[in-house]
Amino acid sequence: MPDAGARELTFAQAVREALAEEMRRDPRVCILGEDVAEAGTPFKVLSGLVEEFGTSRVIDTPISEAGFTGVAVGAAMTGLRPVVDIMFGDFITLTMDQMVNQAAKVHYMSGGTWKVPMVMRTTLGATRRSAAQHSQSLHAWFSHVPGLKIVLPSTPYDAKGLLKTAIRDENPVVFFEDKMMYRQKGPVPAEEYTIPFGVADIKRVGRDITLVGTSSMVQVALGAANLLEEAGISAEVIDPRTTWPLDEKALIESAKKTSRVIIMDEGYGRYGVAAELSAVIAEGAFYDLDAPVKRMGAMHVPIPFSPPLEDATVPTEKSVFEAARALCGKT
Amino acid sequence: MTTITVNATAGSGIKAEQWVQMYRRMVSIRLFEEQVNELYTRALMPGLAHLYVGEEAVAVGICQALRREDYITSTHRGHGHCLAKGASPDRMFAELLGKEAGYCRGKGGSMHIADPATGNLGANAIVAGSVGIATGAAFSAKHLNNGRVAVCFFGEGALGQGVLYEVMNLAQLWKLPVIYVCENNLYTEYTHFSETTAGDILARGSAFGLQTASVDGQDVRAVYETAKRLIEHSRQGGGPALLLCNTYRYTGHHVGDINREYYRSKQEEQSWKSERDPIKRLANWLIEQKLSDSNLLAAIDAEVRSEMEKAVEFAISAPYPDVKEAEENVYA
Ligand SMILES: Cc1ncc(C[n+]2csc(CCOP(=O)(O)OP(=O)(O)O)c2C)c(N)n1
Repeated sequence: MPDAGARELTFAQAVREALAEEMRRDPRVCILGEDVAEAGTPFKVLSGLVEEFGTSRVIDTPISEAGFTGVAVGAAMTGLRPVVDIMFGDFITLTMDQMVNQAAKVHYMSGGTWKVPMVMRTTLGATRRSAAQHSQSLHAWFSHVPGLKIVLPSTPYDAKGLLKTAIRDENPVVFFEDKMMYRQKGPVPAEEYTIPFGVADIKRVGRDITLVGTSSMVQVALGAANLLEEAGISAEVIDPRTTWPLDEKALIESAKKTSRVIIMDEGYGRYGVAAELSAVIAEGAFYDLDAPVKRMGAMHVPIPFSPPLEDATVPTEKSVFEAARALCGKT
Repeated sequence: MTTITVNATAGSGIKAEQWVQMYRRMVSIRLFEEQVNELYTRALMPGLAHLYVGEEAVAVGICQALRREDYITSTHRGHGHCLAKGASPDRMFAELLGKEAGYCRGKGGSMHIADPATGNLGANAIVAGSVGIATGAAFSAKHLNNGRVAVCFFGEGALGQGVLYEVMNLAQLWKLPVIYVCENNLYTEYTHFSETTAGDILARGSAFGLQTASVDGQDVRAVYETAKRLIEHSRQGGGPALLLCNTYRYTGHHVGDINREYYRSKQEEQSWKSERDPIKRLANWLIEQKLSDSNLLAAIDAEVRSEMEKAVEFAISAPYPDVKEAEENVYA
């Protein structure tokens, strides 16, 4: 956790700073993606990088997600450390063969001889009024695949430290950024730091209920925890930060302590990350639970465009508050 | 109304009123987009809007050469295709505002308008996302022997997607009535197409044996004539075609893309607008040929403008769908 007095950066600046530092440190790191150079991506996350590192390391590609992801896999196997930029998380579907059948399996299939040290950065999150093909949170898809590591930062501090770890990792890592979070500010120390994978972070200590949140849902969990406090319920908020490797121990311990758990993840509730985390907790803390573990995720529908409909598809502070109160028997 | 048959300059023998109709359609698209820009700037429109201003002659020239029951697929920059195929502006605006009365009951928004009544299989927010759908529509047209064709609109950015070449190959193997229309407006989002496109665009079609043609996309007459030829050839069983339309978007990639000078100059934008504007060009020609006059054209402009204003009012006052609607239509 950063010091309270540290300087503040936005989430986007934290991502950019991590990339810039790693690119200065390691000349093998390069960026590939659509409109990543002069445009600095539509979200302006990469602004300024091409000016410092040039177009041989910040490389604009055609709109060929499968192609340039495949190039990154091959380049990673042969001495570079590419970071690919997939503008919207919805477009990971176009890269599936490269990531799932190639990147994730090369090391294992080659008996440990080849390595694929690459990072895919992409986005997740709804409520931007972008409709069904630009709003999904598909991190569960990659979390399902052995050989990939999946990172879900929820603060600028975590984003910077985890991205640096991702770039230094010897494996393919997929890094999901909540696009609604890019302008959110938080403390980020100027000194060098990294955050290890597989270590959950307790964002708020509590007694009565555990709210497990990932990515965009961590802020919602913290907001709900404030509402709950006013209602006399002390909520613990815990963020696994990586879905794989997963800090099972921290989740189970928190569940044992509070005996009630809600898991919040913006992916679809069915067959999703929340389902997996819920199973981990149910298996590990069964005898200490006072209520079934509850999952809260995106409504199981393609994300609708119309604002009142879209808003109804994602968990909110209020809906989590209500669910938590019900779980604590205090409705 | 008197019908004047156009002389040899037009080459097609089509009636004067059809050119005037094309004029009206182009003006409709331009003024529709003007309203979209206005709605967006007044913060009445949620999400993003990708305007078709400057490219009107492409959609209009091609759709004029289609029958109502022929299919189209469209892109994130789809308002023009939709209007050109015959959709009505009030339900389009309603969709853009996420209202129940919209073409997709508010669920799709700007990037997903679809309209079965006019053969519009839908706009698509995935670059090259509809190339399979268009080819599939041509597949069923051939299979059902119903004489329809499918037009697949896409931006030159879609040339980067491998699926385009897979379907071109299939379409030629199976002689499907599909016309791939590449709208090259020179820029993908913020990158000039020459930085993302190797080799020759038409050669990509001819490699598979497609009929190919390239046309000045700012000249609706040229677009229409060329499209007509390719479409009828395809309809008669001649197989797929690739039509390259060279055009330009006057505004940003989306309405929020205001400062564009890092990727293209103001002079460049200005010269396309002042020297090659498709609407002005058709207007001048209609007047020169005495097929219309400036008063008549001004009257059309005024009519369309008031139609658009009414359509916007309709959309603004239309209700949102009930929240329960979110869970409807997931399955058929
Ligand atoms: C598969 C995919 N990749 C990236 C995007 C993001 N994106 C939306 S529009 C666009 C540029 C499209 O350029 P072009 O096809 O030339 O159409 P234009 O916008 O110029 O009409 C990009 C990269 C997307 N929608 N889908």
